[in-house]
Amino acid sequence: MMMSVTLRSLDVRSLGIRLAVAAAILLQLGGAHAHAEETNVMIDNFTFEPAQLTVKVGTTVTWKNRDDIPHIVVSAGKFRSKALDTDDSYSFTFTAAGDYKYFCSLHPHMTGMIKVE
Amino acid sequence: MSEFDHDHDEGRGVSRRRVLECMTWAGTGVLWTISGGVPRSLGLVGSAQAAAPAGLTFLQISDSHIGFDKPANPNAIGTLEEAINKIKSMPAKPSFMIHTGDITHLSKASEFDNAERIISQAKLDVHYVPGEHDFIDEEVRLYRERYGRGTKGVGWYSFDANGVHFIGLVNVVNLKAGGLGNLGTEQLEWLEDDLKGRSKSTPIVVFAHIPLWTVYPTWGWGTEDGARALDYLKGFGSVTVLNGHIHQVMQKVEGNVTFHTARSTAFPQPAPGTAPSPGPMKVADGKLRGLLGVASINFKPGDQRLAIIDTPLQG
Repeated sequence: MMMSVTLRSLDVRSLGIRLAVAAAILLQLGGAHAHAEETNVMIDNFTFEPAQLTVKVGTTVTWKNRDDIPHIVVSAGKFRSKALDTDDSYSFTFTAAGDYKYFCSLHPHMTGMIKVE
Repeated sequence: MSEFDHDHDEGRGVSRRRVLECMTWAGTGVLWTISGGVPRSLGLVGSAQAAAPAGLTFLQISDSHIGFDKPANPNAIGTLEEAINKIKSMPAKPSFMIHTGDITHLSKASEFDNAERIISQAKLDVHYVPGEHDFIDEEVRLYRERYGRGTKGVGWYSFDANGVHFIGLVNVVNLKAGGLGNLGTEQLEWLEDDLKGRSKSTPIVVFAHIPLWTVYPTWGWGTEDGARALDYLKGFGSVTVLNGHIHQVMQKVEGNVTFHTARSTAFPQPAPGTAPSPGPMKVADGKLRGLLGVASINFKPGDQRLAIIDTPLQG
């Protein structure tokens, strides 16, 4: 771990904080195995943001539509949302590695990709 | 082409004119009249002159988006009602209406029901084509149950009225990633067949939701294989292409083909490239109705050489 505790420091409070940070980081790392990761793609102004996203296998990606117009998120043969009205969202969990190109089937100029590693 | 250059040579017959005047009108659509085979606009519906036009008159409405309730127009039902009320009060009754799609916002049964309830008050036959918003119910059946009877494929068809051949096309299904509107091979083959053997002097009116010509590909405003459809229309003396989808008036004339898009009855959209996205454009309340319908550009009566106009028509 990079978080080597410097025992030379006699500041007990500082040491305590460092230990707490280390513990938090360990918890987070442990959580990566115990719980699937989650991340979002925002739909704003007829654009997927980020348009390209790299995630680990097992990650759940949630698309949220913040436009005043519905969108449908489609990756041919892989996943397809229902029509997402304003503030609706759609989630898909990626269980296999690969490049998942997707688009909005209502506004096909809207495209994006999820790289799953 | 030269035979079409004599627009106002009376000896040539009206059907060879490529004159098209167009005026739009607050609230809904464009009133068209076909006299001697050439579609001409009658001008503002709300102020239509009492003189009854000879020949065929029909109306285009578009993009009623029933169900839309966002800030750009919280009352899309109300503005459609206003539009229909104006149609009802017209001194000269049109023969029928066409609706160029996006009847509803989310393809809900209640939205279709509301649209039907309001539009039927005009007491006119309505020929519909779907917009992409009319095909987003889970089973994609509500539009077709209501308006698909007697149509081919996912809803295309043709009919004749007063010597004019009308063709309703569907370019909102099977859209490809990165692409534009799409007609598809099956529909294009049907179109070729539909036009085969038809006299070239037959005036043709084609209507579809997304513009068949490329308006602004960055926003998806065009039809991927629209050029193939237009190829089949080459040689016809008078072709008029009526579309919706972009919620603003645009027109261009190319040879014998006039392209026109109608305003929405629900909300305006920005001119190409003038906003971050083509989404609904919120304007001051007092300006909304003006943007839904005020005539923005007209060709002068008798103007024989219509320039190609690719710029948006300002309201």
